[in-house]
Amino acid sequence: MYKGGKIIASLIIFVAFLTFPFFYNMGKANAGPDVNLKTPAILALAPADQQCVEPIEYMRTNHMQLLNQWRTEVVRNGQTVYINSQGKSFDMSLQDTCLTCHTTEAEKVANTGMSNPATNNGISNPATNQSPIFCSSCHVYSAVVPTCWSCHFEPKGAIK
Amino acid sequence: MTINRRQFLRRASMLTALGLGGTIAFTGFRKKEVAAAAEYATNQLALKASRWAMVVDMSKFKTEDDFKRVIQSCVSIHNIPDFGNPKDEIKWIWKDDYEHAFSGGENERLTDEFKELPFTIMCNHCENPPCVKACPTGATFQRPDGIVAMDYHRCIGCRFCMGACPFGARSFNYSDPRPKIEKIDPNFPTRTKGVVEKCTFCVERLADGLMPACVEASNGGLIFGDLDDPNSEVRKIIGSKYTIRRKAELGTQPSVYYLMGGNDDA
Repeated sequence: MYKGGKIIASLIIFVAFLTFPFFYNMGKANAGPDVNLKTPAILALAPADQQCVEPIEYMRTNHMQLLNQWRTEVVRNGQTVYINSQGKSFDMSLQDTCLTCHTTEAEKVANTGMSNPATNNGISNPATNQSPIFCSSCHVYSAVVPTCWSCHFEPKGAIK
Repeated sequence: MTINRRQFLRRASMLTALGLGGTIAFTGFRKKEVAAAAEYATNQLALKASRWAMVVDMSKFKTEDDFKRVIQSCVSIHNIPDFGNPKDEIKWIWKDDYEHAFSGGENERLTDEFKELPFTIMCNHCENPPCVKACPTGATFQRPDGIVAMDYHRCIGCRFCMGACPFGARSFNYSDPRPKIEKIDPNFPTRTKGVVEKCTFCVERLADGLMPACVEASNGGLIFGDLDDPNSEVRKIIGSKYTIRRKAELGTQPSVYYLMGGNDDA
């Protein structure tokens, strides 16, 4: 091979450079998202009622489908009550059902990608384009930016 | 090692087939739609009708305060922004004069006094809604109970509906409405930049068994009921008294009736 040594050496350097992040992070534990499922609102419920509208595993994997189904049923089909797999009823509302429990008194995390420079103009306004911490704790980690919070918001004023 | 063209093509196609087949093997058999064993229902208190309609009793709208009270009841619960200029104005229920509300099919018999009156205007929730036909995404649609509703999730902001609506009942959010909302009601979402909005006959209140907010605030000036029910108050009024509708000649069959001389026989 013409200039084989140089080529192979360069290839080795190139591959080493390319795979550097993999080797650098190898064996290091990933912190993972920290989801707070013990908000005061949830702890205030009776232990039997502390389950979300569906079991936690179902919610973890399917909350987006569930929310889409809720949206379709409420907005388009006029159904407002969800009867879950255990026969319990819930009002289908992101703001009034989900966020009543999944609320946080701490500061909200800016929802990257939906930031809006026009929001802070002095008017007392709880609805800013920010995601509730419960949602953003996973969504920021996984870089998922749903557009929920451009219209919906954590009803902070109503809680307490 | 050398390969000829035939071998190369064969191997490449085999790899391609393997790649395609592999994807299907991994995702094709997985269940896409995951539905929990759940059902949907309506609230037991929900008000139901086969065609909702409203009667505006003109005799109950005399002072500026009558209009303000009714309009404010809507603005406050629906997070309606105030942009402060007529071009960007967001209107769900508003006040306008005869000339603007009833232009076109002018009725010669109407008294001059009538033509001077201010009118409460809102979406007419037409039986043949031109906005629904114009909407390319199905974001605006007619519910089985006659209400012309908006699904803001689907609205792409094309504004065809605004062009189609002969009543000017639709407004567009040219910029983010949130900073322009005086006081946010946490029980109702806001809208976002780039969507059209309008009166919804308070579908969210009907679902909870409540009358529309404007009806509650109107002290009897707005009467709401089922047009298809012969015993409903709206039907009785429309059947026995003189009412007019906006631009009825266009054939959209508006569901908002304006009652004249509402307290004549009282």
